[in-house]
Amino acid sequence: MSVLKTATVEVRLPSRMGFEKVAMSTAASVAKLMGFREDRVEDLKTAVAEACINAIEHGNRLNEKLSVGVVLSAGADSLEVKVIDDGKGMSKQPARPDIDRKMHGEEDPRGMGMFLIQALVDEAEWVAGSNGKSSYVRLMIRLDKDAE
Amino acid sequence: MQSETKSRVDQVTSPAGHPVTVLRFEGDIASTSKDAVLGTYQALPKDTAKLVLLDFTKVDYINSSGIALVIQMLIEAANSGQKVYAFGLSAHFTKVFTMVGITKYAGLFPGQTEALAAL
Repeated sequence: MSVLKTATVEVRLPSRMGFEKVAMSTAASVAKLMGFREDRVEDLKTAVAEACINAIEHGNRLNEKLSVGVVLSAGADSLEVKVIDDGKGMSKQPARPDIDRKMHGEEDPRGMGMFLIQALVDEAEWVAGSNGKSSYVRLMIRLDKDAE
Repeated sequence: MQSETKSRVDQVTSPAGHPVTVLRFEGDIASTSKDAVLGTYQALPKDTAKLVLLDFTKVDYINSSGIALVIQMLIEAANSGQKVYAFGLSAHFTKVFTMVGITKYAGLFPGQTEALAAL
């Protein structure tokens, strides 16, 4: 049962690997309160974790003086998550990962985070900060009651 | 913040009589898991460990860096003529492994019994 109508939850993470799990757990708690199915909660957890890892590693370049902001906005039928860092944002989207190319050494085994984010949530957009900072990724996952 | 990855190696025999090396992981599989994942795999004798089974039963969290370690292992295994299979993934991580294409190079099974029966 959903106990939330609209609510905003904010978390601020140090730019240290592993702290993405704090955002992941928070997002999962909010999604469960909203009534998301367990499989969608798991999708959200991975997407939020990967967005935070990108922010920590690429946006803030592991600079522990910088923090990653995570803003969860619960609506009536969707949950929006913004993950904000102090990087410049991305100039272009990376290519879709290709397992065959990876297995043949033609592509880095890494580089699947953005693909997973896009595949696991309903909407994902990357926005570069206008001042060369405060870039963010916005994720949106819908509460699909019909599928329950 | 990330829970340490533990790993151990077991030797078992499949119902068909094949020797199988089982790598059992516990904890998170992330960028900090290189020694536990790749290091443990690389310590296996390549000439005798021809069938390798990965046990994810006690793994709760795998991120893209952890998936990359698994892919690196699969690359090395393919180059060494080893076959790799996995079991114990949650429904979510079974979906994720399928999405990124790992299932093309490593068969996934629900549990050890099913995996060994197929070898």
